[in-house]
Amino acid sequence: MNWMEYINAFWVGGAICAACQVFIDKTRLTPARILVSLVVIGVFLQAIGIYQPVVDYAGAGATVPLLGFGYSLAKGAAKAVAEKGLLGVFTGGVTGAAGGIAAAIVFGCLFALLAKPKSKS
Amino acid sequence: MKLDKQRYQQLLAQKSPPSPLWKDCLKAFLFGGAICTVGEGVSNFWQARGLETADAAAATSITMVFLGALLTCLHLYEKLAKHAGAGTIVPITGFANSIVSPAMEFKSEGLVLGMAAKMFVIAGPVLVYGIAASVVYGLVLFLLGGGGAA
Amino acid sequence: MIEHIGRRTLRFTDPPRILSHAAAVGKKEGEGPLSGRFDFVTQDDRMGQKSWELAESELQKTAIRTALQKAGMQKSDLDMILAGDLLNQCTGSFLASMQSDVPYLGQYGACSTMAQGLALGACLVGGGAAQRLLAAASSHFCSAERQYRFPLAYGGQRTPTAQWTATAAGAVVLGEGQSRPSRAKRDNAAGLGKQGDGHICITHALFGKMVEMGVTDANNMGAAMAPAAYNTLSTLLADLGAQPKDFDCIVTGDLGHVGADLLLTLLREDRIDLSPVYSDCGSLLFGDEQDAHAGGSGCGCSAAVLCGPLLRDMQAGKIKRLVFAGTGAMMSPTSVQQGQPIAGICHAVVIERSGA
Repeated sequence: MNWMEYINAFWVGGAICAACQVFIDKTRLTPARILVSLVVIGVFLQAIGIYQPVVDYAGAGATVPLLGFGYSLAKGAAKAVAEKGLLGVFTGGVTGAAGGIAAAIVFGCLFALLAKPKSKS
Repeated sequence: MKLDKQRYQQLLAQKSPPSPLWKDCLKAFLFGGAICTVGEGVSNFWQARGLETADAAAATSITMVFLGALLTCLHLYEKLAKHAGAGTIVPITGFANSIVSPAMEFKSEGLVLGMAAKMFVIAGPVLVYGIAASVVYGLVLFLLGGGGAA
Repeated sequence: MIEHIGRRTLRFTDPPRILSHAAAVGKKEGEGPLSGRFDFVTQDDRMGQKSWELAESELQKTAIRTALQKAGMQKSDLDMILAGDLLNQCTGSFLASMQSDVPYLGQYGACSTMAQGLALGACLVGGGAAQRLLAAASSHFCSAERQYRFPLAYGGQRTPTAQWTATAAGAVVLGEGQSRPSRAKRDNAAGLGKQGDGHICITHALFGKMVEMGVTDANNMGAAMAPAAYNTLSTLLADLGAQPKDFDCIVTGDLGHVGADLLLTLLREDRIDLSPVYSDCGSLLFGDEQDAHAGGSGCGCSAAVLCGPLLRDMQAGKIKRLVFAGTGAMMSPTSVQQGQPIAGICHAVVIERSGA
């Protein structure tokens, strides 16, 4: 087991989150806007070839934050365009992120049905 | 005294306490880092099970979404998030939280118009702009002649 | 009769009496600094109901039922119910009084709803439109969060200026003043409205204007409401020719810590020092360790603090002359998303204890 990869995942992932926290506190941007920006930035960074090295270095530290969601969308799009041309433009992104999306829907329904309402204090 | 907006805004800025930036950032760093480290462990687990890199990445996403959804269902994610801020919003577990929490909340308005319709009330824009961006990127690659970056 | 004094203050020549009052609160509110001074504290914020809206209406129902019991009255003795809450179409209130068979007027004044109901109720009683009526207001943290902010289980972070919507309800039964002999005699015979040795009456009311000072942050409502409180309180003091020290207590509900500080600052610039007699319901309701950030808010916050601790103190003679100034933030999720500013509003009533 290579413990360096865990340290890299920790500090890169943590740094991405801390940078987003600065934006939330300083700009009062709502979390939804931050998330949208992250995904779009993730697509962009992968498109210009910057994000792949970060993923290679930090592993889950780069793929678990939502930037990584954009990264998988972009990677999926590139792969599908190479294989299928114009059709891939439309199928690639969602294919790349299909696992996460379907999981969110299925577990969303399942746990919503199981959950008990609870007040906060 | 005649109140004017400009002066009131100055007074307001002076009297409203700002968010504790350094403390918030440190906590976001620690919690966010910890979640990513768990993700690294999950990814290694799936690779050790013989999944190739791309499949292991998908399996990791699914597992992390499952964990986020489970913690949300148990009302633990909101407790972590109070401290972690961006540390729990930014990882994919936060994406799961943003889908499961409205589904739970609006179940009382029915399974179709409540739970299912409200499920993407927070996360919907992420999919809309994320997928749109991927199509734009795909289109650019296609026009440039066939996806060399893959 | 109702007289106009000064610019906007109304004086009741035969001040309507507060015949009874009751407050019902949630678990967190019941554990705060005002613990033990409410009529009812629920251990289950869901109140055994199947939705948060029903839970809120049940809490309001409890406050109404308790107030009627304390006055020894039935619902059928009421000429009117004036009730309000934070939800769309006043859901919590109409559900609570749906089966009451009493004329109903829904009120919306955001967190100023209780003060609005009392001021309007006093005008209706003082003007002869009603002999006895009930004013109530409620809010519930969970029903408000889902309408105004995020689902409960969503992992958001609250800013330091954000206020905590109280799970609380308050109700007051208002009756005619002492100079209506027939009815007042009957009330006295039944022991109604006898609060210790004296009567508690609403002597003055002032309906507030909306004041908009360019605040757009929905997480800083205290700041949006403070200018309205400043406008109403300075007008009231000028109209009455009074100083803050002429009152035992001046409370706003619910500016929270940030708004209260702003109000005191604004008044200080006019050389009015409110601080010796001033409190805010939002600051009173929760303790610092309860993680409510800038304090409590919601219609139920000022309603329960008035109908619980404050009116009890008046009953016991600890407070003789009180200004209750309910403050509300005029906004909706739609108006905020469309980029419109948040206005404040503040309605005030002067409540006095007569007799020993």
